[in-house]
Amino acid sequence: MSTEPLLSIEGLTKHFPIRTGLLGRQVGAVKAVDEVDLVIEPGSTLGLVGESGCGKTTLGRCIVRAHDPTGGRMLYRQQDGAVIDVAGLKEKDLKTYRSEVRMIFQDPHSSLNPRKTLREIIGEPMRVHGYGTKEEIEARVGELLERVGLRPEYANRYPHAFSGGQRQRVGIARALALSPRLVVADEAVSALDVSVRAQILNLLMDLQEESGLAYLFVSHDLGIVEHVSDVVAVMYLGKVVEQGPTEDLYTKPLHPYTEALLSAVPDPDPAAKRHRERIKLLGDIADPAHVPPGCPFHPRCVYAKETCRTDAPPLREVGGRRVACHFAEELELRGVPDPDVREVSA
Amino acid sequence: MSATIDTAIGGSGVAADDVLLEIEDLRTHFLLDDGVVCAVDGVDLRVRKGETLAIVGESGCGKSVMARSILRLVDPPGQIEGGKITLHRESGPVELVGADRKLLRQIRWNDIAMVFQEPMASLSLVHTIGSQIVEAVRLHENVGKAAARNRAIEMLDRVGIPMPQRRVDAYPFELSGGMRQRAMIAMALACRPSLLIADEPTTALDVTTQAQILELLRDLQDEFGMAIMLITHDLGVAAQVADSMAVMYLGRVVEYGGAEQVLAEPRHPYTKALLRSMPRLGRAARTRLTAIKGMVPPPYARPEGCAFHPRCDAVMAGRCDTVLPRRVPLREPVGDREVTCLLYEEES
Repeated sequence: MSTEPLLSIEGLTKHFPIRTGLLGRQVGAVKAVDEVDLVIEPGSTLGLVGESGCGKTTLGRCIVRAHDPTGGRMLYRQQDGAVIDVAGLKEKDLKTYRSEVRMIFQDPHSSLNPRKTLREIIGEPMRVHGYGTKEEIEARVGELLERVGLRPEYANRYPHAFSGGQRQRVGIARALALSPRLVVADEAVSALDVSVRAQILNLLMDLQEESGLAYLFVSHDLGIVEHVSDVVAVMYLGKVVEQGPTEDLYTKPLHPYTEALLSAVPDPDPAAKRHRERIKLLGDIADPAHVPPGCPFHPRCVYAKETCRTDAPPLREVGGRRVACHFAEELELRGVPDPDVREVSA
Repeated sequence: MSATIDTAIGGSGVAADDVLLEIEDLRTHFLLDDGVVCAVDGVDLRVRKGETLAIVGESGCGKSVMARSILRLVDPPGQIEGGKITLHRESGPVELVGADRKLLRQIRWNDIAMVFQEPMASLSLVHTIGSQIVEAVRLHENVGKAAARNRAIEMLDRVGIPMPQRRVDAYPFELSGGMRQRAMIAMALACRPSLLIADEPTTALDVTTQAQILELLRDLQDEFGMAIMLITHDLGVAAQVADSMAVMYLGRVVEYGGAEQVLAEPRHPYTKALLRSMPRLGRAARTRLTAIKGMVPPPYARPEGCAFHPRCDAVMAGRCDTVLPRRVPLREPVGDREVTCLLYEEES
């Protein structure tokens, strides 16, 4: 970790006010993202997992500044090496940042304008940011289409002519148009079929190797996150509860929530079914407007003790990782067994 | 009766009285302006009493249309063009293709009930959960209001909804996604069907909730003894609950067999490729996945011969693109295995 971070998030918070009545009086707040610290290294992938409602999408949207954060800092290292705090930047000063940090959306059907051709869709960010002449943009669109595995002739067609996987490729081409340094991929492959999903994941990894871009990969699918990420952060009710290098976190989780998530993933390997036992999670995820006192996870945690009901555990360093659990050192949690070990013992 | 069944299942030695639902050469087509979409194009399947059969495939493979055809829930322009669907009730077998409305109404809920992917789209938003279950029960059984309400409360309790006496008067929007799906299951099982068709019941849910619902389905099956036809795109989900498994591609079953055997020793090139293309927990991270080349072709441009041949690794030029493969029963490994692939034709 000798490299300087590309984006360093400190205490990032996004609260949505709950208003009621005729005068719109604020009666509370949904703490969608609550004091999150994260670091994204250049050329690496940070995976962000959690159940729906945990704030992972809001965090991604804060990073591209589609939401204005309520508090905290987002320190971005510019190409010239200078570090700026983009959390507080005004709209008009965000132009450069927005050309370098792009987003790929989940639903390829609603994220492309049906009345525009692929040339207009992919060329738009370049026009907005003054990339070059019409001919230069045209040539670049062709190049991008080819790079994501579509034919350059398709530039004149409209999105409806394409399948879900192809549209997602168009979304990727649009995100890449300005040669970004960071791409936020929010459930980028979740809407795709298994066979197409593998193609898109391979494409994303190839693009990273070629141009050294960094990804924030937001997904609820732990299998996919493991596959693409260098570092994984697990979110629960707006907070990061565990973060660490992918392999360590998957083989030996330190937070009971990570353990429960991992045990819930259905594995198609019939041998694995016999080797794994599911950790029962009690109930549903809590309402982020009424976060339980103490550790927010305690009502669902099978290891919860008295302290968990009253004291909120801070996110702290344990063995080179960060975890928010009072008993991280004592608990012997089960991760995903190494498949080779599993096959030998089966 | 047993003679016809024996030929239908290829003489694989299954006792005839074991079979609950039999589908033979089912074809459901959609007549569109662009051409005819053969969504279901010759499906043969059987569901045994009390078992869980998983139907696996990518979107567009016809698995949902196949399931909806069983209860005649296919909307026009879709229509069943041919085939047989035989339900073996205790009173004797009945034929569902061509059955009149009266018979269909008897069979829906009483014999076969269905749970859909998106509970919010299949529950009425302006009625309470309880009133919807009561309505279903009273339409199909001759019971009074109070008795039906008690049944509703009992069912909500059984599917793990806390405080059922209060939740029975809740509206769907007051429940979380997992709770709504539980309420749907409670409603589907209220008349004790012998077959529950669950169409992607956990796809809209989180992994943790998904695991809870799958466990609930298993428990309810132990208790009520109904068979489950589980439609899913997720091989992992199928592995968790299925006894047997059918893999579909472009309107046909390409592989059928015991779930463990199909997953451990896939035979059809498509099943093999699907399993290879899935990221799996614990596999080496940051390696390339083996993707299936190309994409599912548009439904009205079905390839000649074997529909999978343009994407297949083991394609035999001159054979796969001309000859339509037959179902081939496999002798080994043990059990009841069938593959629709020319690679295995000489084995039979």
